Amino acid sequence: MAKVVYTIENDISTDVIYPGRFMATVLPSETPAFAFADDATFNGMLKAKQVPPGSVLVAGENFGCGSSREQAVSTLKGHELLIIARSVARIFMQNAVNLGLNLVVAPGFEAAQGDEVEVRGEEVVNVTTGKKFPIEKLPRARQAIVDAGGLIAYTRKRMAEQASAPAGRG
Amino acid sequence: MGMTVVEKILARASGQTSVKAGDVLEPRVDLAMSHENAALVINQFLEIYKETGKDARVWDPSRVAIVFDHRVPAESAKTATNQKKVREFVARHMISKFHDIRGDRGGICHQVLPESGYVLPGAVVVGTDSHTTSHGALGAFAFGIGATEMASVWTLGFAVNVEVPATIKVEVTGEFAPMVGPKDLILHLIGTISAQGANFRAIEFHGETIRRMPTSGRLVICNMSVEAGATAGIVPADDETLRYLREEAGVANPPAPVQPDPDATYVQVVKIDVSTLTPQIACPHTVDNVKPIAEVVGTKVHQIVIGSCTNGRLDDIAAAAGILRGKKVSENTRMLVFPASSRVYQRALDAGYITDLVKAGAVVMNPGCGPCLGVHEGALGDGETALSTTNRNFKGRMGNPTGAVYLCSPAVAAASAVEGVITDPRKGA
Ligand code: SF4
Repeated sequence: MAKVVYTIENDISTDVIYPGRFMATVLPSETPAFAFADDATFNGMLKAKQVPPGSVLVAGENFGCGSSREQAVSTLKGHELLIIARSVARIFMQNAVNLGLNLVVAPGFEAAQGDEVEVRGEEVVNVTTGKKFPIEKLPRARQAIVDAGGLIAYTRKRMAEQASAPAGRG
Repeated sequence: MGMTVVEKILARASGQTSVKAGDVLEPRVDLAMSHENAALVINQFLEIYKETGKDARVWDPSRVAIVFDHRVPAESAKTATNQKKVREFVARHMISKFHDIRGDRGGICHQVLPESGYVLPGAVVVGTDSHTTSHGALGAFAFGIGATEMASVWTLGFAVNVEVPATIKVEVTGEFAPMVGPKDLILHLIGTISAQGANFRAIEFHGETIRRMPTSGRLVICNMSVEAGATAGIVPADDETLRYLREEAGVANPPAPVQPDPDATYVQVVKIDVSTLTPQIACPHTVDNVKPIAEVVGTKVHQIVIGSCTNGRLDDIAAAAGILRGKKVSENTRMLVFPASSRVYQRALDAGYITDLVKAGAVVMNPGCGPCLGVHEGALGDGETALSTTNRNFKGRMGNPTGAVYLCSPAVAAASAVEGVITDPRKGA
């Protein structure tokens, strides 16, 4: 079981998750400091280490819309958050898969700050309210990347395959 | 079964005769573009090779483009050092399509690529920038990816999991009224289908209005397709595309355009008649918060911005110069103009537009992303409002979370500069 530490509205862009003015900072080891940098409350909680690993951030529709900046994913991953969103923008979703961010897409999901939630197989349960929400399955190809442990590992695997079978890539 | 343009391009790039929406493919990549974030791509690329015992090697250096645009010249030591590292990598790996900070061939990636003849109809283009959708204006399938995915492309030469997007067909008819154009059309479309109306989908643009539209206008609508969530926006290539490639991009023998089959399957069809369209404004803080200009006329603006990969081209600057010639920017506002590329800048100089703008009181900045993403120049003060021809008005976008950004066409921006408040350019026209 995990606690919802924060909830945010629809259409939260990558400019909100990781403002452009910190984009010169690229390394996943350094980006977590700027997560939600312009949201004094949430950034303050993260900085004060009030958010234990595995805590839940609940997002609305179209989470991560906007730019392709990968910092918006690595900054959240650095805090080891579980993100539950009602829907997610495409590039953000792809980056999340590639970097191994703990992200669950559950259409219609509802939870308030302080609620306890749990991911059980193909649904996510708001234990506090007793409501259950089906999880949207990852598209097939993305699952292969998740299973390999992220895109870096997956690419290494494909390189090895290429080397042993130079004629094709299936 | 008939195929859409995107399906045809992806089928060819994956060596298949037929594909359909939902298929997962590994298309080979014709062009892989990055900007300053190449610094992160390089980091991830070297990470892939770590522990493999192999020398890191880009699959095809002639297909990699790197354009410095987001923070030029560097605003900080950190950025300058990133740029330095990228330059060293470019030299070591002999990447040929490199556009450094230069007055002759620099600029914003989404202008530099088309004008340099790098983007061809039927190509698969990936870029570590969400507005890579721009390049669909030339009939290419072009989409944004993250830095790690780009590192994977640099290694393998193909994208590892591309799901063929379902396509929305947008059919545009009618003639634009004076002072109304492509920017108003795309803002209207985004307002209609919403900021996630095309998420995981492609948008194919058709109709007489699109056929008559020059490539510069097509770049505007494909550029902002991503603001409706689209994977890609695409205008099937035609005679205008071939003209642009030959005359403006120096491509002697452009490939034959790819057209959709007449019985292609579309997930949705949207019809728009532009003859009654008025100037459109995207209000803070989402791009789909679009209103006809009449609803916001008179709003005070502290900063007017003309430029970006959306509206920083020669015809945009010409439109602004035409309105401001012989007039003055209001004392109650400030106006910043940043040409989309060095070539645009030079042509605007030659045509006298830059003189018109400067005499009117505008500040003309060097080509690049400028104030668009709020990291470099032209940040807003607390509580200030901007009116901008850029493509995003998210909270904090122009460098200040308490600022507000309205998005509009170059004509609206220029007319408003004279008054210091949002002004309908058709007034008195
Ligand atoms: S001009 Fe703005 S939107 Fe375009 S590439 Fe630069 S930062 Fe991105």
